[in-house]
Amino acid sequence: MKKENVIQAKNLTKKFGDFTAVDAITFEVGQGEIFGFLGANGAGKTTAMKMLIGISIPTSGAAEVANFDVFTQAEEIKKNIGYMSQKFALYDDLTVKENITFYGGIYGLSRERIKEKRCQLVEELGLQEVVDELVSSLPLGWKQKLAFSVALLHEPKIIFLDEPTGGVDPITRRQFWEMIYKTANDGTTVFVTTHYMDEAEYCDRVSIMVNGKIEALDTPKKLKEQFEAETMNDVFLKLARSPSPALPKGKGEINSNLNEYELKKSSPLGR
Amino acid sequence: MSITISNISKSYKEVNALNNISFEVKKGELFGLIGPDGAGKTTLFRILTTLLIADEGEATVAGFDVVNDYKSIRNHVGYMPGRFSLYQDLTVEENLNFFATIFGTTIEENYDLIKDIYVQIEPFKNRRAGKLSGGMKQKLALSCALIHKPKVLFLDEPTTGVDPVSRKEFWEMLKRLQQKGITILVSTPYMDEAALCDRIALIQDGKILEIDTPEEIVKHYPKTLYNVRANKMYELIENLKGYEHQYSVYPFGEFVHYSDTRADFDPEALKQYLEAKKLTDIIIEITEPTIEDTFMELAK
Amino acid sequence: MKRFIGFVKKEFYHIFRDRRSLFILFGMPIAQIMLFGFAITNEINNVDIAVLDHSKDATTQEIINKISASKYFSLKEIIEREVDIESVFKKGKVKAVLVFEKDFSKKFIKENHATVQIITDATDPNTANTISNFTSSILKKYQQELNKDVQIAYQIVPQTRMNYNPELKSVFMFVPGVMTIILMLVSAMMTSISITREKELGTMEILLVSPLKPFQVIVGKVIPYIFLSVINAIVIVLLSIFIFKMPIQGSLFLLGAESVLFIVNALSLGILISTISKTQQTAMMVSLMGLMLPVILLSGFIFPITSMPLPLQLISNIIPAKWFIIILKGIMLKGVGLAYLWKETLILLAMTLFFIGVSIKKYKIRLE
Repeated sequence: MKKENVIQAKNLTKKFGDFTAVDAITFEVGQGEIFGFLGANGAGKTTAMKMLIGISIPTSGAAEVANFDVFTQAEEIKKNIGYMSQKFALYDDLTVKENITFYGGIYGLSRERIKEKRCQLVEELGLQEVVDELVSSLPLGWKQKLAFSVALLHEPKIIFLDEPTGGVDPITRRQFWEMIYKTANDGTTVFVTTHYMDEAEYCDRVSIMVNGKIEALDTPKKLKEQFEAETMNDVFLKLARSPSPALPKGKGEINSNLNEYELKKSSPLGR
Repeated sequence: MSITISNISKSYKEVNALNNISFEVKKGELFGLIGPDGAGKTTLFRILTTLLIADEGEATVAGFDVVNDYKSIRNHVGYMPGRFSLYQDLTVEENLNFFATIFGTTIEENYDLIKDIYVQIEPFKNRRAGKLSGGMKQKLALSCALIHKPKVLFLDEPTTGVDPVSRKEFWEMLKRLQQKGITILVSTPYMDEAALCDRIALIQDGKILEIDTPEEIVKHYPKTLYNVRANKMYELIENLKGYEHQYSVYPFGEFVHYSDTRADFDPEALKQYLEAKKLTDIIIEITEPTIEDTFMELAK
Repeated sequence: MKRFIGFVKKEFYHIFRDRRSLFILFGMPIAQIMLFGFAITNEINNVDIAVLDHSKDATTQEIINKISASKYFSLKEIIEREVDIESVFKKGKVKAVLVFEKDFSKKFIKENHATVQIITDATDPNTANTISNFTSSILKKYQQELNKDVQIAYQIVPQTRMNYNPELKSVFMFVPGVMTIILMLVSAMMTSISITREKELGTMEILLVSPLKPFQVIVGKVIPYIFLSVINAIVIVLLSIFIFKMPIQGSLFLLGAESVLFIVNALSLGILISTISKTQQTAMMVSLMGLMLPVILLSGFIFPITSMPLPLQLISNIIPAKWFIIILKGIMLKGVGLAYLWKETLILLAMTLFFIGVSIKKYKIRLE
């Protein structure tokens, strides 16, 4: 439907021992598209995304991101994508300016280029007053907008957003989506992973992952028609509740495997 | 009244977390505190659960003063903090047992209250809490908060980070608890959950924007609201914002929520304007305002 | 009371669930005792030496035989020239070189006076010192044997006796120190970590919003670690008795009672640390830097307090470990009782009460 595909995944699979976290998913994302990648916690979203951004090698299948192969060209992929997560985006103890310079630096932008980009970015976001303030002193909404812009600093072909607008106030959230629309309009593909279904409503197309498989993939409008639902939330509920082989009682069993790593933090002498 | 809050203010260093907040929650009410992160929800919860002392103002919970009678309050309220706050290295049953013991009760004594919830996690009762899925952790946390049969239940963002299915189940559980006469104060950043409460308070930047039933709150929206849609989202937004009579333009899922300054607004005129801007597939239709629309209007 | 027992039970669950920490808790005392007992030692055994014998006569031969026959030294090399002394040291082959002067025997018999030069490698000053002492004492002994028949009037022969640790076994010195470190570590660090963990997890919020009283939380936290620390103390004492054959001279009961006092002292320090730290990491850093280092450096465990500069000597007085080590050495090595140790015990007791008082006062019934 769109010009050119920037993400192509075919039967992409990731196994951890006996457990199949991502089970042969196949999908494409076009240039300039806003693609919602949905699923409950533990459905395999994060694992799938890690493969696409080149930090996890798939067990089988094939995928190309920005025309680079995820098996052999992970480093190239990393240069051509941006990433922003709600949990970690900017260094709180650095100033706005320092954060921008730092990120520009790790993507190898020249000093002049960083300066130029910084001025442009600060102006667009109206951050002139706070350039030398610590990021920790900014309101959450500003931080997120700044984080988004910083992730775009090196002009990536694709930007991956992990639950970008959870918990943000409605107005800032709209402003954030306007930024996303603008980015997509400029030709950058936006790949949004989330389990907040209202974020899904904003995407051009969404895929819904259940237990490692993509169970639905279409525009929000068509999905709502298909499932005879009012909202994407209802679509998700119907999909999760449907007696498909996907999501019966064993749900907790599967989820638990992915939640295990949380435990390690509480062992003081462990490290 | 189960909770009364009058003129509560609280600041941290430079930040004014709560600014002269007053409201009341009736006995047996399911009251929602709706607002984004950083609005002051958690601070208010901590004041009501006696964990913090307000700079100004007074509050009572279940008839007890939050400062002077803090010990009585601690016996009569259930509290579920924002983060998952159970012992990850203890099993489901051990966690529940522990909280029952420190409140001087037993699981058996209040089993009927938590039964609905607990049966769902009982098959995993010998599993460590840290290895539960998000939804199950939340059910366990709720069971633990209920185990001493509290008069008032404080739930601080219980559904944050929880998938839609678990969220739905959680709200159904709250409705059932309410029928058992427990007053529930719940906070959430999700506007769509507001509709499930008896009454809600919209809160932002430490100030209450509005308190009413969800139905009444949306009626307060001052304008007629339109869903606008076109083939190109970004250009649609830009052009609507450039439209001279626009009152508000907010992207809203696959639509843009648009309202006009004029009372005699004619959608056809807007359509022509957009067509002139080379947009196609234009749809303009009246829509019902949501709590989120009202919130944005009030927060403007 | 039931609430309290429930709380203590939960604490034990935490401890036994965390296998790695548990392993370190009980593995560490054993490892440390073994380390100090076998590897790190002041004793000398089979030290390699070289001899430069300028006279090569019967007397020197006899002395060399005597020295190399002792279990302390083994003769590694016989060198011929002065310049070689430097090179054997540099090669690291030997730790000491004995140099006999020319015509040793003749001088010794005729003039009653001959010189042996003992050159030691003082890069390791302790060992060097010990080597030279041991050599001198072998020479002295030899001299005494020769003089047995000849009565020389008015000779003063110093007879040293090493009291309380006659064989100068260094493990005897280390046991009190290691015990102090372990008890400090287990008690202070583990308690402070376990309290801050509740803060970090957010469970402290729930505990605060419960009818549990602050002292119940604190005492409940402390009890399991008293228990663990006592077990550790017993393990250390048993190890030193059975593996290193260290005799415990004094009353075991007093030893136990003093240990419990020190444990409570360390625990209250741990609680104090937890009231000032927000995360487990800070708690650990504060415990390590604020407690472990002073215990190792200033308590007299490794460096004798009397040889410290005055300011440090004064500082060492406020370190509970110093007093505990004195007490331990008193009981274990000297076999003295409370009559001799009441002052140290009193100081420790006062410190403990002070820390408990401060930490209960500092414990917050609310969040900050």
